[in-house]
Amino acid sequence: MSAREEILARIGKAVAGAADVEIPRDYRTAPQVEDVVGLFAERVDDYRAIVHVLPAAEVPARIDEAVAGRRMIVPDGFDRDGGWGDLDTADGVITSCAVAIAETGTIVLDHGPGQGTRAQTLVPDYHLCVVRADQIVAGVPEAIARLDPARPLTWISGPSATSDIELNRVEGVHGPRTLEVIIST
Amino acid sequence: MSATFLGMPGNFPKNAAKAVQDSQLRYNLRKATHTIRGKRANVVGELPDWQELRAAGKAIKDHTLRNLDRYLVQLEAAVTRAGGTVHWARDAAEANAIVAGLVKATGETEVVKVKSMATQEIELNQALAAQGITAYETDLAELIVQLGDDFPSHILVPAIHRNRSEIREIFLEKMPKVPPNLTDDPPALAEAARLHLRERFLKSKVAISGANFMIAETGTLVVLESEGNGRMCLTLPETLISVVGIEKLLPSWRDLEVFLQLLPRSSTGERMNPYTSMWTGAVEGQDFHLVLLDNGRTDVLADEVGRQALRCIRCSACLNVCPVYERAGGHAYGSVYPGPIGAILTPQLRGMSSDLDASLPYASSLCGACYEVCPVAIDIPEVLVDLRAKAPHAAAERAGMKVAGWILNDHQRLARAQRAASRLRGLVPKRLPGPMSAWTDTRDIPEIPEESFRDWWERNERA
Ligand code: SF4
Repeated sequence: MSAREEILARIGKAVAGAADVEIPRDYRTAPQVEDVVGLFAERVDDYRAIVHVLPAAEVPARIDEAVAGRRMIVPDGFDRDGGWGDLDTADGVITSCAVAIAETGTIVLDHGPGQGTRAQTLVPDYHLCVVRADQIVAGVPEAIARLDPARPLTWISGPSATSDIELNRVEGVHGPRTLEVIIST
Repeated sequence: MSATFLGMPGNFPKNAAKAVQDSQLRYNLRKATHTIRGKRANVVGELPDWQELRAAGKAIKDHTLRNLDRYLVQLEAAVTRAGGTVHWARDAAEANAIVAGLVKATGETEVVKVKSMATQEIELNQALAAQGITAYETDLAELIVQLGDDFPSHILVPAIHRNRSEIREIFLEKMPKVPPNLTDDPPALAEAARLHLRERFLKSKVAISGANFMIAETGTLVVLESEGNGRMCLTLPETLISVVGIEKLLPSWRDLEVFLQLLPRSSTGERMNPYTSMWTGAVEGQDFHLVLLDNGRTDVLADEVGRQALRCIRCSACLNVCPVYERAGGHAYGSVYPGPIGAILTPQLRGMSSDLDASLPYASSLCGACYEVCPVAIDIPEVLVDLRAKAPHAAAERAGMKVAGWILNDHQRLARAQRAASRLRGLVPKRLPGPMSAWTDTRDIPEIPEESFRDWWERNERA
């Protein structure tokens, strides 16, 4: 018997006669949050990321300020000119996102247009992410509902961190040391 | 690692007796478990629907286990459709042979690894080494453990038994390019690890991972982590091999909405871990292989009481509340799964023929704290009691008596036990469990005073 057949047969035998289980879903699927933008900003800030909440018109100037003096990767589809670095030499990367979650302070990339490849948001030491207010949902269930599992997904909650040495939090072990988020309202 | 877990001699009481002599270990453990415990309580308290999420998590897992054969076949089809290749492994030897074969087919002799309990369980690194393949751990704590030729002692913070100066020593001795003036400042140590590993990430062609979840419906795999080493491994190499226990399955994409709330909050006490990666089949041109691992899991599934251990999502919350784990340390359990979950999972996965495995169901005071914190509501005390009944009787009795003997025989240990007991007064049962119940059936365990005499004496003498 192949390993596959044998394992499947063992499972069949192990659970024979066991009752099936109904899944209760009484948890909140759309949490009521009055100010999702405010809550998202607060929760991102809790991770020691840098956060700005700005009217859309002021975003380009803020980006200029943030990237000044840095060699940035600008992925295809990001609405901005330039692209002054590649993976080996870039200081940072600038992206948009697919969805963001207020309760957990998470941004999710599905690596579609403007979001770069998985490596581009990982290797450089600095990640600047622009989040539109209408991309922010209150909780995890709404984010899951908006995402397409066929795409590669990267969920980011603050900069890279470790607590492996005597539980001291240290930022930037392997991923970007600095995460800066601009919320465009 | 040169040493091996499976051959670790002794039994729980003996190992624990050694561990309680190590004051550094006990200090580190206490600090770690209490810190994480506090953070966890805060973020769990934030969610008004925690108990509903917990009930859903438990039911989703039970439903999956009940229909595991069907869902595994569905997963296999979805992964294959998305360009991945699925392999099935009955046991450790078969899984190791599959992985070694896949690595050899690439022509590489070095692989990078993201922390994975399944590959520790099957001792993949040693098996690969025997085939001339070197596996490099990339999680900072795992790196510390690997370079120190040591064992992990906690699910989440595997090197928690090491302090900063020990870590510095290990790095100085084992990292080729480390600066000789390396300090023991945590950021400096982390930077040394970053430089050490970055080169390796950029040149590695093969990576090995585990997964926290697999989704039957879509074929998606999910890895939660903090440092970015997971993202490095999952993203940069040309070939990715994931070794995953068959119980890690969830039926539908939607189920992640439950577990992505339960796991980070229970585990690190964060609202969300810094990075979660999800991929479905072959992504961005990468060659993807999934090895589905049984290795005793179907035996656990066949046990009506014990099968709930397969719900475990390895959050480690039960370790952090366990008074026995806090004092004995992770190594005493002689397995990659320490703490309360280890005490029920290991003897089920391995059987109870060795002294160590027969003693594990006694590595508990049955205080119930592990059940209270478990995000998938595994009734660990219930399984412990059931396993005690199943353990070979003479060996179990010996082990049970040794746990008591170990605490009561030596006055220093007794002092510590009294202190621990004072803090946990409300949790101590009136009856001793297992073979010792004959004694307490006719007597009450004496009330434990709020403060031990020794503590009172020290406090008053100092004052
Ligand atoms: S048994 Fe429960 S609390 Fe312990 S690690 Fe597993 S899921 Fe977490």
